[in-house]
Amino acid sequence: MQDNEHKRLVEMIDGYKGKEGSLIQLLLDLQSEFNWISKDTLQEISERLKIPRSRIYRIASFYEAMSLRPIGKHKVSVCMGTACQVRGSGMILDRTESKLKIKQGETTHDMRFTLKRVNCLGCCAIGPVMVVDDDYHGRVTSDRVERIIKKYD
Amino acid sequence: MVRLRSIEELELLRSEILSSRDSTKPLVAICAGTGCLTLGARLVVRAFQEYLIKKGLEKEIEIKETGCPGFCEKGTLVVVYPRGVYYIGVHQDDVPDIVEETILKGNLVDRLLYKDPETEENAVVESEIPFYKYQMRHLIKNNIKIDPRNIEDYIALGGYSALARALSEMTPEEVIKEVKISNLRGRGGGGFPTGRKWESTREATGDPKYVIVNCDEGDPGAFMDRALMEGNPHSVLEGLIIAAYAMGSHKGFIYVRMEYPLAVQNATLALQQAREYGLLGENILGTGFDFDVSIHRGAGSFVSGESTALMNALEGWVGEPRPKYVHTSQKGLWGRPSALNNVETFANVPLIIKHGAKWFNSIGTERSKGTKIFSLVGKVNNTGLVEVPMGMTLADIIYKIGGGIPGNKKLKGVQTGGPSGGIIPDRYLNTPVDFDELTSLGSMMGSGSIIVIDEDTCAVDLARYFVDFLCSESCGKCLPCREGLKRMREILDSIESGRGTETDIQTLQEIAELMRTASLCALGRTAVNPVLSTIRYFREEYDAHIKDKRCPALSCKSLVSYSIDPEICIGCDLCRENCPQGAIYKDDGGFAVVDQSKCMRCGICFEICPKKVRAVVRESRGLPGEKR
Repeated sequence: MQDNEHKRLVEMIDGYKGKEGSLIQLLLDLQSEFNWISKDTLQEISERLKIPRSRIYRIASFYEAMSLRPIGKHKVSVCMGTACQVRGSGMILDRTESKLKIKQGETTHDMRFTLKRVNCLGCCAIGPVMVVDDDYHGRVTSDRVERIIKKYD
Repeated sequence: MVRLRSIEELELLRSEILSSRDSTKPLVAICAGTGCLTLGARLVVRAFQEYLIKKGLEKEIEIKETGCPGFCEKGTLVVVYPRGVYYIGVHQDDVPDIVEETILKGNLVDRLLYKDPETEENAVVESEIPFYKYQMRHLIKNNIKIDPRNIEDYIALGGYSALARALSEMTPEEVIKEVKISNLRGRGGGGFPTGRKWESTREATGDPKYVIVNCDEGDPGAFMDRALMEGNPHSVLEGLIIAAYAMGSHKGFIYVRMEYPLAVQNATLALQQAREYGLLGENILGTGFDFDVSIHRGAGSFVSGESTALMNALEGWVGEPRPKYVHTSQKGLWGRPSALNNVETFANVPLIIKHGAKWFNSIGTERSKGTKIFSLVGKVNNTGLVEVPMGMTLADIIYKIGGGIPGNKKLKGVQTGGPSGGIIPDRYLNTPVDFDELTSLGSMMGSGSIIVIDEDTCAVDLARYFVDFLCSESCGKCLPCREGLKRMREILDSIESGRGTETDIQTLQEIAELMRTASLCALGRTAVNPVLSTIRYFREEYDAHIKDKRCPALSCKSLVSYSIDPEICIGCDLCRENCPQGAIYKDDGGFAVVDQSKCMRCGICFEICPKKVRAVVRESRGLPGEKR
């Protein structure tokens, strides 16, 4: 970890000092800032907030939103909620997997894309839905998958 | 803005806002809910802004980015006031026409109006569109009128007057009594009487007391809480403050799932503004009542929506349920009396205080009062959020409001209640929808998703889908849920791949019985509903998979095959180019052929083959000749 990154980390952790029950919120902030929760980060939180590492690890490994490995530059999520499912999102996921040549949950070798299946993004009326970073794509068809991915390539 | 120090000041502010607003001035309301944003609402907003500046009209015509009014199917939605002309499917290129024709000349832009598919007649205003005509919209009707990021919009429409009334004219006991008489039942799924929950929290010993909004809407297929939190956060907040007053709480939490970033944003802003206006914090409206609220983001876990799990998460622990030997109204968050209600439940509270319990009781069925927002999704023409009185039949919701099933397909049934609910077959469509009717059919209301399925959806596969979903979401704390789901998934997998045996159904039922009896939380206990309800109503489909090794819906991958009819194929090559497996090659005559040894039966070729051609044949492997 570089010095400025470490400084930022310490700042963020200290911002939550003394706030009861805020560990999950801190981890969410760290995830979005650094894209993953590293072993060093766990250690740092543990020392500064006096929380056992095991407890932090348990939370970081429990939640979908947190990753204990670095994730790709672009995060691709394919919604597998029921409404998307009955409208064919399985096919969209198949197509995305074969396009990126990874399975869901994995990251491409060049660290460009991480693919995830998510359980409902609440855009059920316009499914199947796919989200890349913060951009929502609705009514996705399997031939659109390639064009969507290309935009971020 | 100065803090409001009394109820009179709130009323004064309301009349000031109203008198400063000219109701005859043209106003363009653009839905900026997540659904319409996905369909390009941001571009439409920008196009309006730029066009008005270009024409020097930015002072004369107001633009408002609003919440979701529900008709997501036809987004981007634009409503032009004062007349209320309702435009659907608006694209940025349509903006000049709307400004020039509708706003400046008063003409209608025909192509953007809702056209009745049968009569071809245009609907001009909201109430003329069948999707809205049959609804009763009390909770989401204001979404299209309000900019959720502006508290004054909410106040202008009478917002916070219920809070003012509760604080000044009612004792906390009277508020609870009113909610009790209203028979409001929790909208999150269980249907527990809200008034009783509040009463026991109020009477419980322990201090401080907490009130919690559950916006961890994890049910796949449900998004009404998102629409309320994004589109009208102050209505939820007002309900929450009234609840806190009734129960004697001074600290509240709003738990929002992080999959809803816009809801997090709008709720945060709503809290800030409410604080600035003196509607939160110390001495609210000068009445001496103190209350404040924090937001807690969920981190992606379905089980965390369960009340005790959610409280664990608020305390900074892993969000998994704890045993409920003692009700959370006695010992909840940090061991203190806590009341947790769903977003929609809280949004109902200001209406009950404002119009009275008697009014609320006049809507709905005998044991389920008021309206309910449903998310009508899946294989239905008009998808979106619909708010109807409890007791409307499924048929009316699907056909009158939803406009029926697309593509001349046959309706198979509806899935309600998410992973805790079940699938109701088409023969029960005349069932009035309320808490008890749905439960008696082996399903449940849940948070209100109605997922319409047609003949192309396999009942076994849908059951497997939910079991698979729950497998990955089960927290693993108790054995019946953790292991039971895994075993059920294995059995369903083998049935789907044609390896099912005659005893499988009995085994599934045995596991289900055990899970229902012995799981720690409601999620585990109800997780069996998708499986049991499909066995109950779609037994013949299970039998077809097990005995004949065929999938009647032609959906289970292992039981279908794809081929290309050379008589029909036009050689366009689309299927070959798009086959992810490279399983399609060209024969000597230039026609596409599927190599069965490589094909993984994803169905992309079937979907991509031009609709006018339809040369790709999907066939049942168990029963050649059964095709579609």
